[in-house]
Amino acid sequence: MRITVNVWRQKNADAKGSMVSYALDDVVEDMSFLEMLDVLNEQLTLAGEEPVAFDSDCREGICGTCGVVINGIPHGPEVTTTCQLHMRTFKDGDVIDIEPWRASGFPVVKDLIVDRGAFDRIIAAGGYISVNTGSAPEANNLPVPKEDADHAFEAATCIGCGACVAACPNGSAMLFTAAKVTHLGLLPQGQPERESRVLGMVEQHDAEGFGSCTNIGECTAACPKGIPLDVISRLNRDLLGALAAGKA
Amino acid sequence: MKYAMAVSGLIMVGYLVVHMYGNLKAFVSPDAFNEYAHHLRTIGEPMLPHEGLLWVVRVVLLASVLVHAYCAITLWRRNKKAAGYSGGKRYHSKQNRTGIQRSYASFTMRWGGVTIALFIVFHILNLTTNDIHPGGASDEPFTKLHNSFQYFWVLLAYTVAMIAVGFHLWHGFWSALTTLGQNRSSTRIASRATPVSIGLAAIITLGFLAPPFSIYFFGLGG
Repeated sequence: MRITVNVWRQKNADAKGSMVSYALDDVVEDMSFLEMLDVLNEQLTLAGEEPVAFDSDCREGICGTCGVVINGIPHGPEVTTTCQLHMRTFKDGDVIDIEPWRASGFPVVKDLIVDRGAFDRIIAAGGYISVNTGSAPEANNLPVPKEDADHAFEAATCIGCGACVAACPNGSAMLFTAAKVTHLGLLPQGQPERESRVLGMVEQHDAEGFGSCTNIGECTAACPKGIPLDVISRLNRDLLGALAAGKA
Repeated sequence: MKYAMAVSGLIMVGYLVVHMYGNLKAFVSPDAFNEYAHHLRTIGEPMLPHEGLLWVVRVVLLASVLVHAYCAITLWRRNKKAAGYSGGKRYHSKQNRTGIQRSYASFTMRWGGVTIALFIVFHILNLTTNDIHPGGASDEPFTKLHNSFQYFWVLLAYTVAMIAVGFHLWHGFWSALTTLGQNRSSTRIASRATPVSIGLAAIITLGFLAPPFSIYFFGLGG
């Protein structure tokens, strides 16, 4: 199939970028989206041009490294990661727009690559539990209700790709932050640091320049892992509780 | 700040429901409507002074409006900055401009809010202070109402404003509940609070529009 891609090209963090159009003549519909970009880069390299820089790692949809905005939607039209999106989703002759995540908390490094270090700093501000390491304790010593375990697991499936921020019209990373608050807040091991966690993570979230949530729900719709929207409401409940307890 | 948005918003929703109840008195009879308007001023007497409770309500509402507007503008500016615009645009793609699942209501929260604020000013000058009086000023509440809605442009202004209120509540009521930690559903659309907020928005819009439309089209109250 023949397709045309409009790709965001930006030399470095300080340069002014622009959309550049490239034609691809023999794309196979079984190719993944990233393989299509690989083909484009081979074509560019052969022509002596600079290849398009993009992030990818596992290409199995589990690591959260890849991610671009395809036709205005993070990870494109299917609910999956960019690497698991295939060219059969598109039609012969399609024009595909490819852009990096846009948020002031995610500065563009080059072309389609953004710096997601802000997510690491949000996790470091409270997305952990403090335990003495050693051999794993006997699992049955600490009963967890099935419903809580399921919900915590659902929240824990976040791969930190950043699609929620790219989808959010306010550039808010609330879904990401709330997924971790929910994951740890539902489990017994997370209780001792429950209040300091939510306060620390929200404070770091705001310090990174992310916006605030207006409960629109684009994050959940774009999330390749389907992190549910109610995690944000749970974060708000925990935050209210922590503020009411005067822990701020 | 978002909690302030939610709480001040909910106070105003509470007021709207009471306000609508009063308006619907117009269907009972002009006298019932006038009696109700008069009662608002004498409620709680003699323990409270004349118009005492009314002034308490006015102060609370004004405070809510100011808090709501201040927070909205601050958050709006912060969020616009956070969204990472480059050259006046966020994404250059012309496809899927309306997002994945966004409602029209969620797009219009900010400008809808401005529309409603302008309307409130007009509304108070029109029916409370008698400063704008199409069809003639009067001290009788029902006569004021009746005179105003003889004019198509007045009806149009109120209709536009009430539809704006409806959209604002559709997203706003649900959003306030979520911010206060009361939403437990996985997606926007699956939420049990979604039909409640759409229903509330529809009831308030229709409830407020019923008296003016009846006056204009069916000659309610002669």
